[in-house]
Amino acid sequence: MSPVLELRGVSASYGPFRALFGVSLTVEAGGSLALLGSNGAGKTTVARVASGLVVPTSGSVLVDGEDLTGARPHQYARAGVAHAPEGRSVFATLTVAENLRLSFRRTHGASGLSCALDRAYDLFPQLGNRRSQMAGTLSGGEQRMLSMARVLVNPPKLLIADEPSLGLAPIIIDEVYQSLRAIREAGTAVLIVEQQVGHALQLCDRTAVLGHGAVEWEGPADEATDVMVGQMFTTGEDG
Amino acid sequence: MLLAASTGEDLLRAVLQGAPPGSVYALIALGFVLTYKTSGVFNLAFGAQAYVSAAMYFQARNEWEWQVVPALILAVFILAPLIGLVLERLIFRHLSNSSAVAKLVIAIGLTVALPSLFELVTGFSAVAGRTPTGIIPGGSSVFYDPFGIYPLSRDELAQMAVALFGMAALGALFRFSSLGLALRAVVESPRMTELSGINADRVSAFAWALSSLFAGMAGVLIAPRFNTLMAPDFFHLVIVAIAAAAIGRLASLPRALLGGLGLGIFIALFNTFLPRWTADHGWLRPFQENLTPSMPFVILFGVLVCWPAIRREHRVVDPLSGVDPPPPGLAALTRNRRLTLITRVFSVSLLCVIGVTVLLRADVRWLFLVTQAVILAIIYLSITVVTGFAGQISLCQGAFAAVGAFTVFQLADRYDLSVLAAALVGAALAAVVGAVLSLPVLRLGGVWLAIATLAFAFFFDAVMVKFSWIGGGGTSLFQGTRVPRPTIGPWDFADDRLFLVLAVVAFTVVSFLVIQLREGTTGRMLHALRGSEMAAESIGISPVRARVTAFAVSAAIAGFGGALLAIHQENVNYQNNFSPTAALFWLVLVVSLSARTIEGAAYSGAAFSLFDSLVLRGEVFRWIFRGWVPGILPISPKWRFVLFGLASIQFSRHPEGLVEYGKRRATRRFNERFDRRERDRASQETSP
Ligand SMILES: Nc1ncnc2c1ncn2[C@@H]1O[C@H](COP(=O)(O)OP(=O)(O)O)[C@@H](O)[C@H]1O
Ligand SMILES: [Mg+2]
Repeated sequence: MSPVLELRGVSASYGPFRALFGVSLTVEAGGSLALLGSNGAGKTTVARVASGLVVPTSGSVLVDGEDLTGARPHQYARAGVAHAPEGRSVFATLTVAENLRLSFRRTHGASGLSCALDRAYDLFPQLGNRRSQMAGTLSGGEQRMLSMARVLVNPPKLLIADEPSLGLAPIIIDEVYQSLRAIREAGTAVLIVEQQVGHALQLCDRTAVLGHGAVEWEGPADEATDVMVGQMFTTGEDG
Repeated sequence: MLLAASTGEDLLRAVLQGAPPGSVYALIALGFVLTYKTSGVFNLAFGAQAYVSAAMYFQARNEWEWQVVPALILAVFILAPLIGLVLERLIFRHLSNSSAVAKLVIAIGLTVALPSLFELVTGFSAVAGRTPTGIIPGGSSVFYDPFGIYPLSRDELAQMAVALFGMAALGALFRFSSLGLALRAVVESPRMTELSGINADRVSAFAWALSSLFAGMAGVLIAPRFNTLMAPDFFHLVIVAIAAAAIGRLASLPRALLGGLGLGIFIALFNTFLPRWTADHGWLRPFQENLTPSMPFVILFGVLVCWPAIRREHRVVDPLSGVDPPPPGLAALTRNRRLTLITRVFSVSLLCVIGVTVLLRADVRWLFLVTQAVILAIIYLSITVVTGFAGQISLCQGAFAAVGAFTVFQLADRYDLSVLAAALVGAALAAVVGAVLSLPVLRLGGVWLAIATLAFAFFFDAVMVKFSWIGGGGTSLFQGTRVPRPTIGPWDFADDRLFLVLAVVAFTVVSFLVIQLREGTTGRMLHALRGSEMAAESIGISPVRARVTAFAVSAAIAGFGGALLAIHQENVNYQNNFSPTAALFWLVLVVSLSARTIEGAAYSGAAFSLFDSLVLRGEVFRWIFRGWVPGILPISPKWRFVLFGLASIQFSRHPEGLVEYGKRRATRRFNERFDRRERDRASQETSP
């Protein structure tokens, strides 16, 4: 069975600024990968490449064995890649219900829509109470819940979560990771970009450490802690 | 009591009178906001699109004698969205990362190109006095008078009904349909919409089609108000729509709608009450006569300058805007000595060859055209200063040039002053006008600054020029605005060859001054400001002073050039030379060729003045092939406008300008070859 996501020697740049240099990574179907690294290492860029937001300058991106290099983000989404970007990942100017409708419409059709909405509100009752509130006025934790709800009701093949714990209170972070665990159990592969190393390592089987736009280390999650400590020291020197 | 009642009646009448055009303004403002929000394009070309639909409808109804419904379907429901789709697909989709100003320049190019292209393709031409018909029979002859105050024609009722229906449909689309939901999502963040599995490009294309349909519908609806179908009237339409959209701060559809209606009513009120005040206060009369046609521009200018809110344009930030690379630095002048040297040698020798040829061989017509090119190049140096150095798009350089030209005319006519001295006075006056105008306008910045200067240009055109102490008033209609040629000592510049020499000298002097400005304190300040305003301010550079200086200097240069142009033609020829549309043309020409260099201005002058004769009429071929001219030549001057539109599209690809681009490419090639030869020689020397 082919891996759900495979990056082969991907280089990427923002205009003249190069961000990735020949990154190769694999996420097995149903597997999980924690992508770690210091600020500016290129983690977000990897996530963007994996969901089609950034087109690699060289190398290729395969989703479920199919070469999607150069395809548009919506084609990645239709191939089963869900990406919850860094920071705000919901539409601030749409209500909670509209945010959900936007993602369920394509997969559930007009008839299955209300059913899917109900399931989302069952999973996260506090969203149900705020269904006609603008998503931009939700708290950070509630916004995360909203983007988790989209994924939980409608499990994709791969979920890319970019710093899902950023800016949240510890207790909310626990909740977020519970949802992520539930998503894993539903059979979705996850690629988690994190600086909160502890949670990510608990959730994931494998780990990749990124530095200066290249993979510095890759291996099982339980061996990662020592490596991370080493990496902190090296980046501490030149940063 | 009686007075109050009649005033109330007048108010109601004005409301009834203003509501129909107001609803058409609202319709087009909605379309305008829709495209601006979904694609960031400030689409001035909406006026042109409205014109095309109106003309298509006219053609189908009157020439082909179609029924209303098929004509309407063709003009509004097929052609209009099709144009929107083509523009989106071929042009604007590729510009999503370009600056707003680049998009504006292209929209200006399209404003000029679209009507000409349409007229070339369909053979449509406006015939004076052939009034367009509305969309219902008896539109302009059957009236209803529900309140006994103002009879509404069927056409007016149709305008309001269609506008209401359009707004209701748009509201329903946004609120209830999934396409509307996707549209709102795209407005916030096209990329996040894509992440939800929705093709955002297709949604934007739909938005373009829809808003173009609105523009087309507005065009067909408003057409019966004009006696003759002509593109400029439709440009006025889009100006009011922009004012309405500005009232809605470019973000809110309902407010744009109310803005449109409100402006329609405001204009009607104004037309009702101003004549009464002028009856009491005689001095207001010339204003009243001239203000009415230019109301859209006055309103737009007023809204922009007096409505501080629009400067703080409210936008929800796209959370995925971080995916875009930072905007490319402003087309930096990559200067190196070799490039400068090559440019200088090349330009000077080219100039010498052309100059000698023209002086010895040219006939009257060519002398005229070449002299005109040189003088236009002086005017274009004003764009080099304000756009090239200060980075501001000013669309009123024509008005500044006209100030210079009219000053020469007035001073020579009334006081018999020497025209060259008068030209300097004209330049000074233009500088004052430029400085005063720049104060309110500079705070706007960016696209709004361009729009405000455009509004000023049209205001100047419609109101100021009509005053006898500027444009000469009624007498100039018969005698023209005559300007004599100067004499200095033994030289009588009535001789065209001698005048060409004078023009070249003037161009050289102004170029020298412009270079001085660039190298001097102001130039350096402007350069620093283009890099980062905040950083520049923190080291004590005042953005206002440097920019006001740039504006004033630019206006002075334009005024001086305008004066020379009038002296050359021995007449101001305002309509031909300095109309606001001409100024639009100038700007797009200069920025697409190269706004930052002296040669850019020179090439632009040559292009404006000579292209027509050289290429479109095929003179070049006549010279090269000894009298033979390709069969397709001369081609219609309308192609000039179409080509011009295409040139403006190039601007987005080469923001440094085509001349600069070509020059850099040539230098790179030259450097590569040169370096290779050096390397070969070096390797030969090292090898034994
Ligand atoms: N929009 C952008 N334009 C230019 N450079 C960018 C942009 N986004 C990220 N970068 C650069 O790319 C590199 C990788 O960034 P990123 O992937 O965001 O790192 P991380 O998520 O690991 O902190 C950094 O050097 C960053 O400065
Ligand atoms: Mg990041």
